[in-house]
Amino acid sequence: MIGFFSWTWVFDHLDDIWNRTVEHLLLTVIAVTVGLFISFLLAAYVLRTRRAYGPVTLATGILYSIPSLALFAFLVPVTGLSILTAEIGLVSYTLLILVRNIVAGIDGVPGPVLEAAAGMGYTRRQMFFGVQLPLALPVIIAGLRIAAVTTIGLVTVTALIGLGGLGFFILRGLSLFVSPVGTTQIIVGTVMSVFLALAVDFALVGAQRLLTPWARSKEAV
Amino acid sequence: MIEFLGEVVAWFADPAHWTGVNGIPNRLWEHIQITVLATSLAVLVAIPPAVVLGHRKRGGTFVVGAVNIFRAVPSFGIVVLALPITVALGLGFGFWPTFLALLFLAIPPMFTNTYTGVAGVDSDVVEAARGMGMTERQIMTGVEVPAASPIILAAVRVAAVQVVATATLGAIVAWGGLGRYIIDGFAIQDGVLVFAGALLVAGLALVTEVGMSYLERAIVPDSLQTAGNEVAGIAV
Repeated sequence: MIGFFSWTWVFDHLDDIWNRTVEHLLLTVIAVTVGLFISFLLAAYVLRTRRAYGPVTLATGILYSIPSLALFAFLVPVTGLSILTAEIGLVSYTLLILVRNIVAGIDGVPGPVLEAAAGMGYTRRQMFFGVQLPLALPVIIAGLRIAAVTTIGLVTVTALIGLGGLGFFILRGLSLFVSPVGTTQIIVGTVMSVFLALAVDFALVGAQRLLTPWARSKEAV
Repeated sequence: MIEFLGEVVAWFADPAHWTGVNGIPNRLWEHIQITVLATSLAVLVAIPPAVVLGHRKRGGTFVVGAVNIFRAVPSFGIVVLALPITVALGLGFGFWPTFLALLFLAIPPMFTNTYTGVAGVDSDVVEAARGMGMTERQIMTGVEVPAASPIILAAVRVAAVQVVATATLGAIVAWGGLGRYIIDGFAIQDGVLVFAGALLVAGLALVTEVGMSYLERAIVPDSLQTAGNEVAGIAV
């Protein structure tokens, strides 16, 4: 494999690699942020109207099962080869995991804790932001980690609709096939994408530790 | 929009799209074939060692670490990366790089879930089986595997759906399957072809998901029916 890999290409294109990594991260952050916002709305609805949980899980589950290339392909006739197409697709993959973890997290808050808070005169709003949300945070962040890592992998596929972040190198490497420079770019795109996912995962674990100091002894996987 | 959907319907109605190498039946068959082959081989390769290791509770740290890393591997990269490997091995374009990538992506989730499921079987139950004089092999096949079957089969379902999805990407390394329509449609900027391909792929993925859920319900012991719902997959 070493003969296939050109370090010269890597050192000559550090700027390029950096820019694509930033683009990759940006596409991911937008998708996960929008996904989290929509998931909170869906979860809030589900927590009030229990009957909605089945249909919401079914709908987000169907979206999750549709192969990404097919989903992007559905959107291209409507929204073209654009960032909007990429983001709609990426966001829709985050919903199942996030809604499920938000609902499970809030549901997991022990009843006596809620009663204690109610007894102390907490309003509904104070209860949500002061008790339920913080206690649900480990489960929500566990979902966020899966959603973020999954999204980073899927961003590479958006290379086929003209974006791609690091996926750009994978696609260009394929078009330069068979050449060491082509293979180098495929490896760089794939390996950097893995590194980016691990770095983001690591950062989220760190964020969880900072935000939930009381939960350090019992780590959520 | 209505006009566009009309063209999609017309595409499906055209008899020319139902015959030959590039016809729907052949592309569908290719897609199903590679999915069944890759998923079955992955089951054979991943599950037996995972059961044994889970039974002995060896390698748990490795398994947890591996879950995170494998989830981070982009399937698009793996499909393309498999190409220089199969070319170097003299296996060429098309089927082999796609098959290799599918296998590589299907094994880890099956392995890790099986391991977790078997290692998580109540140790009192295992001890009771041992007390009844069951051999270690009998404990694995008669107690641990049935008890862990919801998780194992859920993992097989997740992997199968993922294989269907990733097989779509095989079209970029010159394989057939239903992804062909999408990739060719992109190349010649034919929105109708792209959309028709997407419908077929999405349909096959959903049928796989539903079909595997029925299989799960048929195989899993009644008392364990809801236990496997929390296996997280990887979107492709």
